[in-house]
Amino acid sequence: MNEEYDAIVLGTGLKECILSGMLSVSGKKVLHIDRNKYYGGESASITPLEELFQRFNVESPGEKYGRGRDWNVDLIPKFLMANGQLVKLLIHTGVTRYLEFKSIEGSYVYKGGKIAKVPVDQKEALASDLMGMFEKRRFRNFLVYVQDFKEDDPKTWKDFDPSKSNMQALYDKFGLDKNTQDFTGHALALFRDDEYLNEPAANTIRRIKLYSDSLARYGKSPYLYPMYGLGELPQGFARLSAIYGGTYMLDKPIDEIVLGEGGKVVGVRSGDEVAKCKQIYCDPSYVPDRVRKKGKVIRCICILDHPVANTKDALSTQIIIPQKQVGRKSDIYVSLVSYTHQVAAKGWFVGMVSTTVESDQPENEIKPGLDLLEPIAQKFITISDYLEPIDNGIDSQIFISESYDATTHFETTCLDVLDIFKRGTGEDFDFSKIKHELGDEDQ
Amino acid sequence: MATTARSGGNASGSTAQRPNGTQQNKNCQFKLVLLGESAVGKSSLVLRFVKGQFHEYQESTIGAAFLTQTICIEDTVVKFEIWDTAGQERYHSLAPMYYRGAQAAIVVYDIQNQDSFQRAKTWVKELHKQASPNIVIALAGNKADLSNIRVVEYEEAKQYAEENGLLFMETSAKTGMNVNDIFLAIAKKLPKNDGAHNQGAPAGRRLNDNENNRQTNNCCK
Ligand SMILES: Cc1cc2nc3c(=O)[nH]c(=O)nc-3n(C[C@H](O)[C@H](O)[C@H](O)COP(=O)(O)OP(=O)(O)OC[C@H]3O[C@@H](n4cnc5c(N)ncnc54)[C@H](O)[C@@H]3O)c2cc1C
Ligand SMILES: Nc1nc2c(ncn2[C@@H]2O[C@H](COP(=O)(O)OP(=O)(O)O)[C@@H](O)[C@H]2O)c(=O)[nH]1
Ligand SMILES: [Mg+2]
Repeated sequence: MNEEYDAIVLGTGLKECILSGMLSVSGKKVLHIDRNKYYGGESASITPLEELFQRFNVESPGEKYGRGRDWNVDLIPKFLMANGQLVKLLIHTGVTRYLEFKSIEGSYVYKGGKIAKVPVDQKEALASDLMGMFEKRRFRNFLVYVQDFKEDDPKTWKDFDPSKSNMQALYDKFGLDKNTQDFTGHALALFRDDEYLNEPAANTIRRIKLYSDSLARYGKSPYLYPMYGLGELPQGFARLSAIYGGTYMLDKPIDEIVLGEGGKVVGVRSGDEVAKCKQIYCDPSYVPDRVRKKGKVIRCICILDHPVANTKDALSTQIIIPQKQVGRKSDIYVSLVSYTHQVAAKGWFVGMVSTTVESDQPENEIKPGLDLLEPIAQKFITISDYLEPIDNGIDSQIFISESYDATTHFETTCLDVLDIFKRGTGEDFDFSKIKHELGDEDQ
Repeated sequence: MATTARSGGNASGSTAQRPNGTQQNKNCQFKLVLLGESAVGKSSLVLRFVKGQFHEYQESTIGAAFLTQTICIEDTVVKFEIWDTAGQERYHSLAPMYYRGAQAAIVVYDIQNQDSFQRAKTWVKELHKQASPNIVIALAGNKADLSNIRVVEYEEAKQYAEENGLLFMETSAKTGMNVNDIFLAIAKKLPKNDGAHNQGAPAGRRLNDNENNRQTNNCCK
């Protein structure tokens, strides 16, 4: 370890692994360290099941849930948007070849105490009980407008300026009622609260397009999920980094980040070894004095022996509970994956309920979500701080990622990564550096 | 769901019709991983098998950790998708994803190095615990060209392999001795019936768009 590196990356969460891969591909000499024995940090999928029970200080389940090693349980729930940033990164970097995915079978939204399928096509939209008949017609006109909308072609804006007028005005232009607005903003555009209504409509239109483009890619829903759990993603990017010369050390505690003149980083110390470096990239847990708290997220992992009621026995689902439906300021998210993704033993399911904490009784806040999953065989609750760096890292050359936020998908994850890369290297990531060489590899 | 051949996955077992319409050829694709301590010759074995080359002072090859090679046995075209470690074994940091879903593994040790043989045994245990139950494992005692300075006896390794149901050969990436043979032995032992062996294996999809048009069955020269 007593060598000099261009960059040392601390923590093997998804963001750090993507960064490590991008740095190695760009020709940097990278040392990548994790204090844990396993890859993934907060974005690991825990296996075997006994390990999960131990983590939460719950007595080992014995044989009750089948073979422990058939389980890979995510600590943070997220899905990939099929046409989103992470999929683009996976394809451009070639990391996709290490992974296999399945589409999430159904996307649902909570309305009036029940769940309704988010329609995937015209036929489903017509049959849906989310809207009355006239509303359906208005909604259809709205979707056609969004589909035809091109940001660089004002003719498609139809006398509406999406960069000046807000989203509420666009809803009103089509005469959509509150219910339809609710489901469009939260289940299609994936907003967590209603602030978007007062912001320029362009962003919301973009997000609805992302949803429908993602849907168009594989059909059943816009979401993808990797076989064996989300923990495969960081491992895939770590492999990319290693292939391009990155050095990996797990199970290596970091005792000190060594600073030089002007508070600029010069290395890291583990025991009596020091590795020198010009830069550090890390997650908040390695630099507690350089991050601040932005909020809290509650997540509840649930083990079930059944699918969610009224989902046609889907083996994977996402359910969004829009804030207003349950008198909250932020949405509650429910996700379900199962043995079909190799994350649970045969016949078992893993549900997850999560939301941004709004009160001092967070466990009560997720009740509407838990109710959808009952009966629940076993629950594990975590409440974690959402941390962000106190500065942009330029002076110290210590670049810190934000905690994984409450969003359902990886769009914010990718934006954070691309932003950190640019701050650290002074340039945008050049995808063309990889494609060529990986092509050679496959001959 | 996609049903085409893929890695990390299954022998596709698809039966390709020849243009003349009479002869049938089965195509199978298998993920094969190399395991073993650093510097025992894993990358060298792959390079010898895939490209017929050997480099005395080879630095770990950047960018090449995923190669394919095709061999034919009887009426079956077997395509190996070969995963090298990319050096992640060096500090015991190999990701479980690396050997996940592998249908075959070559566990390599260096006949001049007792520790590497012990480490190989640890890998075999790990595979029996973590990998798919039907995985075909071969043990390779590499650097057989240096057998005059060996420390691991042939008989000892052979007996260990038999007790644990492993294929076994001493190989030399340098001379090429037994390199093709060990891959061939694995190919023979792998089940090639139409996917019957892989119930329970995942049936996910790859995300690249050109997943069903890579044909590599002109290997039988
Ligand atoms: C399984 C699951 C778990 C969840 N867990 C939680 C949780 O624990 N807590 C919680 O509060 N919520 C959770 N959610 C819900 C999630 O937070 C919201 O659905 C939504 O993602 C919130 O979006 P946002 O307003 O924060 O915007 P963000 O998700 O922050 O916005 C996404 C970012 O991506 C970019 N972006 C989005 N769409 C596009 C587009 N079309 N084109 C270009 N860029 C785009 C935007 O610029 C934006 O910065 C979960 C959802 C699921 C499915
Ligand atoms: N004499 C001899 N040297 C070998 C043989 N195989 C590999 N080597 C050498 O051993 C070193 C390590 O080989 P490498 O393939 O990089 O090992 P890896 O770390 O297991 O991938 C290199 O210097 C090779 O040239 C062999 O069969 N015989
Ligand atoms: Mg090697």
